[in-house]
Amino acid sequence: MDLFEYQGKQYFARFGIPTSAGGVADTVAEAVEQADLAGYPVVVKAQVKVGGRGKAGGIKLAGDAAAAAQAAEAILGMDIKGHVVRRLWIEHASDIAKEYYASFTLDRPAKLHLGMLSAAGGVEIEEVAATNPEAIARLHVNPVDGLDEATARRWVDEARLDGPARDEAARLLVRLYRCFVEGDCDLAEINPLILTTDGAVHALDAKVTLDENATFRHPEWGELAGGEAEDPREQMAKEKGLNYIGLDGSVGIIANGAGLAMSTLDVVNQVGGSAANFLDIGGGANAAVMSAALEVINADAKVRSILVNIFGGITRVDDVANGVIEALSQVEIRSPIVLRLDGTNAEAGRALLAPHLSARVLAEPTMLSAARRAVELAR
Amino acid sequence: MSIFVDETTTVLVQGLTGGQGRFHGLRNRDYGTKVLAGVTPGKGGTDVEGVPVYDTVADAVGATGATASFVVVPPRFACDAILEAAGAGITFIVCITEGIPAQDEALTYNRLVREFPATRLLGPNCPGIISPGKTNIGITSGDIALAGGPVGIVSRSGTLTYQALHELSQQGIGQTTCVGIGGDPVPGTNFIDCLEAFEADPETRAIMMIGEIGGSEEERAAEFIGSAMTKPVVAYIAGVTAPPGRKMGHAGAIISGSQGTAQAKMDALSAAGAVVAANPTEAGEKMVEIVRSLP
Repeated sequence: MDLFEYQGKQYFARFGIPTSAGGVADTVAEAVEQADLAGYPVVVKAQVKVGGRGKAGGIKLAGDAAAAAQAAEAILGMDIKGHVVRRLWIEHASDIAKEYYASFTLDRPAKLHLGMLSAAGGVEIEEVAATNPEAIARLHVNPVDGLDEATARRWVDEARLDGPARDEAARLLVRLYRCFVEGDCDLAEINPLILTTDGAVHALDAKVTLDENATFRHPEWGELAGGEAEDPREQMAKEKGLNYIGLDGSVGIIANGAGLAMSTLDVVNQVGGSAANFLDIGGGANAAVMSAALEVINADAKVRSILVNIFGGITRVDDVANGVIEALSQVEIRSPIVLRLDGTNAEAGRALLAPHLSARVLAEPTMLSAARRAVELAR
Repeated sequence: MSIFVDETTTVLVQGLTGGQGRFHGLRNRDYGTKVLAGVTPGKGGTDVEGVPVYDTVADAVGATGATASFVVVPPRFACDAILEAAGAGITFIVCITEGIPAQDEALTYNRLVREFPATRLLGPNCPGIISPGKTNIGITSGDIALAGGPVGIVSRSGTLTYQALHELSQQGIGQTTCVGIGGDPVPGTNFIDCLEAFEADPETRAIMMIGEIGGSEEERAAEFIGSAMTKPVVAYIAGVTAPPGRKMGHAGAIISGSQGTAQAKMDALSAAGAVVAANPTEAGEKMVEIVRSLP
């Protein structure tokens, strides 16, 4: 789950990472209120989960209340790369002496934590990495050992941060690491991390991605969800607890397992069709899940046929069959359904479905033939 | 021969008394796997259809001598279960649990490497391992596999593992071992571990590798294939049509920019000399051709 900047800063604050004082506003009036509180000059920042806000005009400096109102007026409702701005973050403008970059993420090939620190922050770090890789000091941290202040201090020296920033930066990085680990982040990134003219080091931006698998131990995450308009199909799927991504095609896809679901999309594409969605009903899917999946697909007006591709492992095909039968009895399914069922308890599943097969509910023996049939029916 | 496990492997099931543990643990036993014990804290002294249950892995190992464990417990307990097994002397652990936090996985993997270097972890979030006719540890349906070799399968995706087994068995091509490594960010066993073992296994004469978008494991495997493998490899990568930047089910299946795309992986594998197929059926067909032309 990606956080908005303001949420990321609030998350940082839990771990003692310094940020600028500021507040959230959804209207021009609220923006002025927050600007008055923060103290002028202020920065008015669009809250969208996409990069390049500054270039798009989504970040403005304001010296007084009138300018803050004008900035808020201009930014609210702005479309930044398809993301409409509905919320602003207003904070006191910092006197920036230097801009750095700092982040922690998981280095998957190395199976270790990776910290990246650079004295060349404030710009696209990918660009720095590509054109001047030596400007980024990389630090692998073994999760068993963690990161101590002495190591962080050597790292800060290696990254050649400015002298006055070094002690505070080392302390901040230890806190950022704690936020990354204890806060269950996939990514904790500060760009820019700034040194102010009066010698303080703090986070001017926050890019935080949380690992949703850790939700069970973070009750405080409940208040972080939402805030940005989603595809209504994805919204409905989320409410039903389904792993769904909306696409633009006409063949609705239901499969179990991310790999098989992706492969089903590929095969539909190869036989000349296009998928309306990605939907992985996961391991252990039962009748209720299958029934919910069919409802979500059925609600998509673009869908002209539905392809159900199940290879049972932990998922039992008889459960899936029961779900299809249940859904058929409860909901008027608009599109023909093509089913391909294999794996655990497949014979029992096929037997259950046999009496329900018709011109609208068809069974196919293989993934490829099922994809072909579904694509034909979508034409 | 098979890799990592064989007909003599003795197994205990952590979580045998739960719904999934019972279903799959007993199904493994019915397949012929030597399932000697179950472990559930607080349920020691009971049994599940004749399989004795112990409170701890150490108790179960002491009483039965099991050397492998099948971990079927919820995400919040899975890492403790893995470390408990390793601490009790288990040398091969299959963990099928889906949804373990990445931080826990990274810590557990590195603790295993440091404290229990003799223990191999397969998974988490994987279907397990099957050596047809010998043993099946995990959630793979045994009836889709065919004994006798000569193909070894390694796959990052659970359901595509079944698809691969199915495609080959339908054509009468058997498998030596089929390993599902799982799609999580920190897998205990990776492609290269399996490719290396298959290369060394005299009965395995060709390998099918199934990857998916995200990460760089397939690219690393391609390097290994190009530099260290003599046996033919057929590869399939899922996710050609996946939209970039979206998380597709697995924590593993994320693409950002051009890194980790299906095309980049297919190009790397192709350049390394692997036969790259466009879909699972084609992968099966290409493997049939290769097997039929083996001397």
